[in-house]
Amino acid sequence: MKFLRDLMDKQKPLFEKGGKLESLYYAFEAGETFLFSPNHTTGIKGAQVKDAIDLKRMMITVVVAMIPCLLFGIYNVGHQSLLATGETAGLWENFGDKALIGLQLVLPIIIVAYAAGGLVEATFAVIRKHPINEGFLVTGMLIPLVVPASTPLWQVALATVFAVVIAKEVFGGTGMNILNVAMTARAFLYFAYPAQISGDQVWTYLGDKAAVDGFSGATALAVAYNAGVDGVPVTEALASHNTALGSDMFSFANMFMGWIPGSIGETSTLMALVGALILIGTGVASWKIIVSGFAGAYIMGFVMNLFAVNEYMAMPPQYHWVMGGLAFGIVFMATDPVSASQTETGKWIYGLLIGFLTVIIRVTNPAYPEGIMLAVLFMNVFAPLIDYYVVKANKTRRLQRATV
Amino acid sequence: MSKIVKLKKGFDINLAGKAKQELADFAPAQTFAIKPTDFIGLQRPKVLVNEGDAVKAGTPILFDKALDQVMYVAPVSGEIVEVKRGEKRKLLEIKILADKENSFEDLGKINLASIDRESLVQKLTQSGVWPNLIQRPFGVVANPADTPKAIFISAFDTHPLAPDLGFTLQGEDSYFQAGLDALAKLTDGKIHLNVDGSKSIPSIFSQAKGVQINQFSGPHPAGNVGVQIHHLDPINKGEIAWTISPAGVIQIGKLIVNGVFDASKVIAITGSELTKTAYVKTKAGACVSTFVKGNLNSGHVRVISGNVLTGEKISMEGYLGFYHNQITVIPEGDYYEFLGWAKPTTEKLSYHRALGLLSFLKPNKEYVLDSNARGEERAFVQTGVFESVTPMDILPVYLLKAIMAEDFDEMEELGIYEIVEEDLALCEFVDVSKHPVQELVRKGIELIQYS
Repeated sequence: MKFLRDLMDKQKPLFEKGGKLESLYYAFEAGETFLFSPNHTTGIKGAQVKDAIDLKRMMITVVVAMIPCLLFGIYNVGHQSLLATGETAGLWENFGDKALIGLQLVLPIIIVAYAAGGLVEATFAVIRKHPINEGFLVTGMLIPLVVPASTPLWQVALATVFAVVIAKEVFGGTGMNILNVAMTARAFLYFAYPAQISGDQVWTYLGDKAAVDGFSGATALAVAYNAGVDGVPVTEALASHNTALGSDMFSFANMFMGWIPGSIGETSTLMALVGALILIGTGVASWKIIVSGFAGAYIMGFVMNLFAVNEYMAMPPQYHWVMGGLAFGIVFMATDPVSASQTETGKWIYGLLIGFLTVIIRVTNPAYPEGIMLAVLFMNVFAPLIDYYVVKANKTRRLQRATV
Repeated sequence: MSKIVKLKKGFDINLAGKAKQELADFAPAQTFAIKPTDFIGLQRPKVLVNEGDAVKAGTPILFDKALDQVMYVAPVSGEIVEVKRGEKRKLLEIKILADKENSFEDLGKINLASIDRESLVQKLTQSGVWPNLIQRPFGVVANPADTPKAIFISAFDTHPLAPDLGFTLQGEDSYFQAGLDALAKLTDGKIHLNVDGSKSIPSIFSQAKGVQINQFSGPHPAGNVGVQIHHLDPINKGEIAWTISPAGVIQIGKLIVNGVFDASKVIAITGSELTKTAYVKTKAGACVSTFVKGNLNSGHVRVISGNVLTGEKISMEGYLGFYHNQITVIPEGDYYEFLGWAKPTTEKLSYHRALGLLSFLKPNKEYVLDSNARGEERAFVQTGVFESVTPMDILPVYLLKAIMAEDFDEMEELGIYEIVEEDLALCEFVDVSKHPVQELVRKGIELIQYS
């Protein structure tokens, strides 16, 4: 590594104050600190030693936690595709083909997301003269996982640029933003280009082949919603759905495993839970938000049962956990420390309300089958309010102590 | 009514280089220095001596024009060899070349039974022992005009590699008691003596009379007096409490009993880079070179007066701080590390499991930490970490943000009166975003103090 270091040291004066490429200093700095932890030392006064962690390490941990979802998603994209065209029946048949189809579809999306977002990040860093934010390591991976594999690449690029600029950079970068950046990207796509991210046609990639007779590309959420409208018990509707592709596609177990159509990384509750295990095990994400998020969805599902006026409301509450992106959203989006509630008490309330809202939106609003996206964004906006009252309680305790 | 407080939050930094429980025979220090920068809140120092003057232990060297009763005196007899000033003539150090035989200024013994508070205060301020008394809020040298609501003494030190006070103070029992008796005259409230509840209590503390003995246990910062005050009798706006270290109490005791200013104390010589780690008897302000030179096992080191969390970097010929009871020598960390942020490792110490996930495999491992800053400063991202190492009902991140925004009301309401730098030192250590937390705390305190 000596020669790399020498190379860096040789180039450094170019970018430092007075050098020819001074304006690109932060771009150079990002590359340098990526390759080498800097040689800065602690100050004369204050802590003389520092914890070995830094933001780069923390962010890469989140990316690692997403890998199970990503790998599963890649395979599932291929699996759903071959399933719909009738070329496969078993889960592990045609393994290579499925993985290849998945890779062909997913890899370009990831590359485009990282490239588009990275370019914006670098541009802002150079213009606004601040270091490049590591937060984008996570955002660039999250965005591909929450869009369907059939999303046009230009839309991915546009959404990423929009989200990084509007949701993050205008506030001052990672740590200053109000909304979760990846969720903003998805919401942007949802409202700007609904045809490519909602409905029954976009979740399964068919290529130029024809689907088998009787195929339906609807997601479990849509099936459940329609069951409510038609007055059919949801579990029956789910069981009898898509029998053309084999029975029990939308059984609880299958939905938990994630062998269903949906956005790339969000179908598998199991893989999201593996991610949750990594995040909680490493202490990067708040277990309070994850637990209270799932609890909130269950409680609201249960309350819906009690007041059920249609069949969707009467659906067993645990089905909410495995349908749609609830698990993925709670584990990876709701726990974003910057846009979530920042006080420990607040985290319980924040997670609980995300669970509540998700189920309410799903069950009562026909326009938005997937509730988690709006629930997270909505609670992002309200997190500071929750914190305000938690902080106020702290101040009041201090004040009361003084006056008693 | 003694209290037992068990604290859970916090973190013990387990460093290599603990001091062995023995007094080592390092060559005695030749020069000593008074550093006005040790005394926080000392605003306008006025020097009373010139280069070449001969002084005795206890001769006034300087005072603060803003608090002119309090004298800062020579720790040792000898000759003033240098009055060192920095930029804008800022006073940095007053160096004394020590005599072979230490001689004391005769300050007169004090009969506590007959002396009134006013005369006692005058004796204490003139004799040089007063700066041991620290005022809360703000953590500055106490103002003799105030009467504190209580005086707090932390009888144990939980900082990394901190000396065992039961060892360093042994044999000083009678002076300690005399000092406590003097303190009792200064406050109308209680004197709280807070001991380590997880170990057997040294007799010097357990036998102390006229005090309330409280037991604290838990990881660092359980030994911080600020944390203890928070759990015993928290400081509200407008209230004043004083704190003092046990060594400071003994110094007062020696003035009462012997009528001299005796700056001698036992300090711990610690750190991974030293061949011999032990205790040594020396005086406040001693030059550390005789303890360090020839005792190193590597070349490129940082010498710290104090501990690694709150101490101050000094040179190999630097001087021990007035309040410090240890020196720590660690490797200097000015190196690049290839992909240092990404490598999985068990060699680095981290409070966070994202890096220290495997640390539970070796719970008692002693780490060698260097002075590398471990990354660059970023905006606050991770939440909940500062709270988990601060065993007080305080929201450190909100407080720090209030300080950054210079929001005075917010700082007051969030508890700036209850903390000084050392109470949030652990936050600075664990911070993912590498903020200068202690510097910020002092900035906030100064904003409030001088507003």
